[in-house]
Amino acid sequence: MGKPSFSDFVSIRDLTKKQMSEVLERAEGMIPYASGEKRTRALEGRILGTLFYEPSTRTRLSFESAMLRLGGAVMGFSTPMGTSIEKGENLSDTIRVTESYADILVIRHPLEGAARLAADMSSKPVVNAGDGAGQHPTQTILDLFTMLQAKETLEGLNVVILGDLKFGRTVHSLSEALALFGANLTFVAPPSLEMPREVIADIESKGVKPHYSSSLGDAVREADILYVTRIQKERFADAAEYAKVAGTYRIDSRLLSQGKSTLSVMHPLPRISEISPDVDSTPHSLYFRQAANGIPVRMAILSMLLGVDP
Amino acid sequence: MKELKVQPIRNGTVIDHIEPGAALSVLKILGVNGENVKGTVSVAMHVRSKKDEWKDIVKIEDRELYSNEVNRIALISPHATINIIRDYNVAEKKSVKLPEVVRGIVRCANPNCVTNSNEPVETSFLVVRERPLTLKCHFCDRVQSNVEKYII
Repeated sequence: MGKPSFSDFVSIRDLTKKQMSEVLERAEGMIPYASGEKRTRALEGRILGTLFYEPSTRTRLSFESAMLRLGGAVMGFSTPMGTSIEKGENLSDTIRVTESYADILVIRHPLEGAARLAADMSSKPVVNAGDGAGQHPTQTILDLFTMLQAKETLEGLNVVILGDLKFGRTVHSLSEALALFGANLTFVAPPSLEMPREVIADIESKGVKPHYSSSLGDAVREADILYVTRIQKERFADAAEYAKVAGTYRIDSRLLSQGKSTLSVMHPLPRISEISPDVDSTPHSLYFRQAANGIPVRMAILSMLLGVDP
Repeated sequence: MKELKVQPIRNGTVIDHIEPGAALSVLKILGVNGENVKGTVSVAMHVRSKKDEWKDIVKIEDRELYSNEVNRIALISPHATINIIRDYNVAEKKSVKLPEVVRGIVRCANPNCVTNSNEPVETSFLVVRERPLTLKCHFCDRVQSNVEKYII
């Protein structure tokens, strides 16, 4: 494989449908390497720099695992504590310095646009692992990958997206990507946490007219995928209001029995109480497989950006 | 003979065909505040144009605008014209042109955008719509239309 048609992985909006399909296809081929069944030293001698300005368990560990599975090495920080950032160094300087230490950088930062700034600054590829309430494009790809794996196609797939659709960073780019692939979208959100107008406009511009439902029971009836996100306590004025909303959107086996037998439940995790543990052992549960898919998808992205085949 | 409401100037800049009501904003984005100019600044608001439409006019004596200043005006008054006057004659005529990408003139409306932190970076926006002027931040993707409020 030659160089990919993109040099950074900052926003899902930078990618065409074709480019996303290329990543998804490549991720499929990474599965035996991700599970350890096959081995590769494809990225031997290459270094991944992980710049995590915000805590993250899953994303950081899966990037590290992906790099190690490809035979590469990893260095970086998982919190700005103890680094020169704590002394007041700005992101631009940190990027200029660390890009000379690594071959590719992964960044998570609390400010929106931080990954774009890093990508503009750096001559090495930059992967966005979440920037504030902005984008988290590798999560979007792994969500698409998980849906494809479970349902074989995205076109015409009935996807219900539930939870905090206003501030949830994963749901915006996921909805836009699903629209690009022709999925049918239904949004279920508490009032005040509804999907922003900008995102809806983008989805509609791709020829998809999303549905809105206030009843979870109605929404799950025809659903193929129920994508659940966390509703954060801090978005509510008082604890009682939060408890009421959180209770309304709890997913359990009883609710799922109203849907298709093939209905799959996804969640970017960590979950708090949105999904009852009694769903875990049912065939509806797809969220742990979804988390595991972080490895092949991130392996695909890292190897693509470095222009190396496994 | 038609009476001239504002006297001709000998040297300087005349900004004509400003959107009615926008003259003071034009002065604001040029940073003209009455203390930092050498000559007289005249502002005429709600003047009837030859085409019988309303407009504002600003005349700044003894100062010629640079092209980056001219582009700033495009953000709030896309049809304004700039006349550079030398010895009572129009030496240069410039029309303002809205660039495709607006750099360094506007602040991002998103308080959590990286450009509103201590990073040494120039703001950059894609013009997504001209009327009403709508910009999209290159960094955080925030779309904003109330641009005048965010001029640096």
